[in-house]
Amino acid sequence: MSSATVTLAQFAPALPEILLAAGALALVLIGAFRGEKSFGLINTLAFLLLALVGVLIATQDAVTVSAFNGAFISDSFGRFMKIAVLIGSAVTLMISGDYLKATGSQQFEFPILVALSTLGMLLMISAGDLIALYLGLELSSLALYVVASFNRDSVKSTEAGLKYFVLGALSSGMLLYGASLVYGMTGSVSFSGIASVLKDGTSLGVIFGLVFILAGLAFKISAVPFHMWTPDVYEGAPTPVTAFFAAAPKIAAMALLVRVVEQAFPHITGQWQQIIVFIAIASMGLGAFAAIGQQNIKRLLAYSSIGHVGFALVGLSAGTAGGVEGVAIYMAIYLVTTLGTFGCVLAMRREGGYVEDIDDLAGLSKTHPIMAFILAMLMFSLAGIPPLAGFFAKWYVFVAAVEAKLYALAVIGVVTSVVGAYYCLRIVKIMYFDEAKAPFLPMSAAIRLVVGVSGVFVLAFWLYPAPLVTRAVAAAQSLF
Amino acid sequence: MSHLLSALIILPLVGVAALLMVRGESDSAKNNVRWIALFATLITFIVSIVAWGRFDPSSSAFQLVEEGEWLSETIRFKLGVDGFSMPFILLTTFLMPFCIVASWVSVEKRLKEYMIAFLVLEALMIGVFSALDLVLFYLFFEAGLIPMFLIIGIWGGKRRIYASFKFFLYTLLGSLLMLVAIMAMFWTAGTTDIPSLLAFKFPSGMQTWLWLAFFASFAVKMPMWPVHTWLPDAHVEAPTAGSVILAAILLKMGGYGFIRFSIPMFPEASLYFAPFVFALSVVAIVYTSLVALMQEDIKKLIAYSSVAHMGFVTMGLFTLTSQGIQGAMFQMVSHGIVSGALVLAVGVVYDRMHTREISAYGGLVHRMPLFAIAFMVFTMANVGLPGTSGFVGEFLTLLGAFRANTWVAFVATTGVVLSAAYALWLYARVVFGTLDKPSLMTIKDLSAREIGLLAPLLILTIYFGIKPGPVLDVFAAPTEALLKTTQMAFDAAHLALALQ
Repeated sequence: MSSATVTLAQFAPALPEILLAAGALALVLIGAFRGEKSFGLINTLAFLLLALVGVLIATQDAVTVSAFNGAFISDSFGRFMKIAVLIGSAVTLMISGDYLKATGSQQFEFPILVALSTLGMLLMISAGDLIALYLGLELSSLALYVVASFNRDSVKSTEAGLKYFVLGALSSGMLLYGASLVYGMTGSVSFSGIASVLKDGTSLGVIFGLVFILAGLAFKISAVPFHMWTPDVYEGAPTPVTAFFAAAPKIAAMALLVRVVEQAFPHITGQWQQIIVFIAIASMGLGAFAAIGQQNIKRLLAYSSIGHVGFALVGLSAGTAGGVEGVAIYMAIYLVTTLGTFGCVLAMRREGGYVEDIDDLAGLSKTHPIMAFILAMLMFSLAGIPPLAGFFAKWYVFVAAVEAKLYALAVIGVVTSVVGAYYCLRIVKIMYFDEAKAPFLPMSAAIRLVVGVSGVFVLAFWLYPAPLVTRAVAAAQSLF
Repeated sequence: MSHLLSALIILPLVGVAALLMVRGESDSAKNNVRWIALFATLITFIVSIVAWGRFDPSSSAFQLVEEGEWLSETIRFKLGVDGFSMPFILLTTFLMPFCIVASWVSVEKRLKEYMIAFLVLEALMIGVFSALDLVLFYLFFEAGLIPMFLIIGIWGGKRRIYASFKFFLYTLLGSLLMLVAIMAMFWTAGTTDIPSLLAFKFPSGMQTWLWLAFFASFAVKMPMWPVHTWLPDAHVEAPTAGSVILAAILLKMGGYGFIRFSIPMFPEASLYFAPFVFALSVVAIVYTSLVALMQEDIKKLIAYSSVAHMGFVTMGLFTLTSQGIQGAMFQMVSHGIVSGALVLAVGVVYDRMHTREISAYGGLVHRMPLFAIAFMVFTMANVGLPGTSGFVGEFLTLLGAFRANTWVAFVATTGVVLSAAYALWLYARVVFGTLDKPSLMTIKDLSAREIGLLAPLLILTIYFGIKPGPVLDVFAAPTEALLKTTQMAFDAAHLALALQ
């Protein structure tokens, strides 16, 4: 292909992303003309836009193609992760309406920012070189900084946004520094170019660069020791935004991390493997132990998400196709469980407003038996108890670690998951064994749908796991 | 392909679906709930009898096998039974209606959820004993924690929350180590199909680790000394029917695990660790019997006596003799019936007096002669009196132990004496003596429902004691096959040593 002639067909692989960009800009125009009261309309349109993009991605041919001279890669792995991200974003829009209305921050910019951030995530997942990686990451992050502080009148929300911005900027800087080191040492920004240079051996500079890149990405997936922002931001941000943070950007950053290490640094697996192993152990341990003492459910879920990132990284640390398959399955199941759980958190609303304490769930099994049952199943799933979906998520990552003979990692992992089971049990205990408090206001239909679907998924996954597993296998194969 | 086993798993769940249809908290709704649950467990029992009819006890092969697609080509949905698992399935389906009837009046709070939890538990327990894929086995094995956690936590006694957490986390830790071992086996043997794994020979060094990981899980479940401490707590706090399931069936999963996985799959490691298991078993038999002597709570006493009886089971299994293994199997079946019956008998007086303190009773024989007779038979069976089912298992395991190690058998025999001491002393304090406590003056003897509950168990206890042959025949074929494979493994190991 000559680079002089640019045809429209060359952009075809990126068509869904282009559509999303154009659509988001069109929504800005609609919002600007219709004014402040257009939240409902824009929210619906943004939801439809994300759904349309999802359909376009799902119907792409199952081949690996690239565009923009290799900066944009469209493959099965990317499609799997993009669908997951789009589900996270679309569900966020579904469940956020009530909350934003109740907190008086129902502005039409919210869905547009979510859509733009999603665009950045899709570009991250498809990034084929270091520059596309950085652009995608920044596009998504900038939108996230704004939505974190979307509740302007709340001190906590503003603080969350500021904290996220300062620390995010720092991590972006580290990432950029690492990227420049790698470029300087290998003379290439594209992942395949870096890989082909590293085939003949590595140098200290590249390893330095790799460490900085991993540090930057570890911040984005909130892995220990770059997790400090997570509890504060999760607690401070408006709840739908927290749900969004826990679902979409985490999956996108995880996909990016997998792609970088597997496509740019496959020949120095030994170098990054030990870093990932350490991060995985530290995240699992901290996530499990720190969640025990939490009283605020959003904060608890923040620590829980740190722990789950650790479990997903167990799969990546195997450095095999089976490991990537495990990561893909883990993130997909984590996504559904997380969205269901946040659906329940958004349903914790009394006359006086939203409540966030775990103790507010006391006796939920009497006041709202179905919600309590589903939340209990989601908690058991997070703890990885069979036959719920969370068990299979853990099965696939640990089976990959055992295949790679990382026995110590597997044993440490299961021990921390016993510790993690404690905080899940605590929530079940509060809902089932404690005395009932005043009931919550009825759930909105959208939240009911999200919670119901995630409950059915978690309960019934073991009966028919094939659809998700075969797609994850195909996704993992496309990277190797 | 017969679908009897999957039908057995699904039937209780059909009952759950029916229970979900019942609305309201009225008395008639509650009665519907009770009858639906009883009906579901009875149908399951009848179907399990049909399965028993189709089962050929003279063969050591897996029967009633069914298979389907599941996680991958090597991890499949596979069910089947042999002479080791069939008795446990029958025990489960047989005891379940008793649990429902035992809860007939004593459970008022959240009755529907209670029955749902029991029916789900029944489906999972049948799944444990019929799974022929290791991952599937693990799934059922650990899923049972969820309903049991809720049963103890919601319907339990005063310290129910502590007991339920302890039960859950203790068993979870044990089973997760087994999960890692299962993964290692999967990568070594390339399959999790249990019949294929039984034929696969794991390298000796690996066997040691795998054995230890499986041991961690089954020893907690069993429970063996010193990881038995969750049982007295869980047992005391659980409602009567929950304790029945716990003592009669959940504990047997540990023994079943040893006989199904540890011994045949890791024979060299089993031989290597046999003295270790003997030591733990003997300590369990003597020490927990002594602890049982000192208990002031009837249910706690029964819990400690269960630990002691399970000590006989582990001792018998690891003698690796046909008497030891058959005796252990018989002991498990017998203990299932006897301990279930003892807990039900305690439930009878608890429902009247709402206390399990031994000192609150005395002289019950004067007002409750029928109860005194039933309780006596079960106490004697617990002691291991000849003529009751308790005798056969203890005798055979001790016989096997004598062949394996005289000292082990000698010390274990003192446990038999001790069990007589604590059980008879309990009986004397509760049933005999003068009836001088004012609260006991108006206590009523067994109702028709309670007679119906205890009579079948009483008949079985005596029948199995007088005529243990038919039961032992069921274990004979698989025991023989098991000993053949372990013997081959030992010979091969000795040959390898000799050649070096």
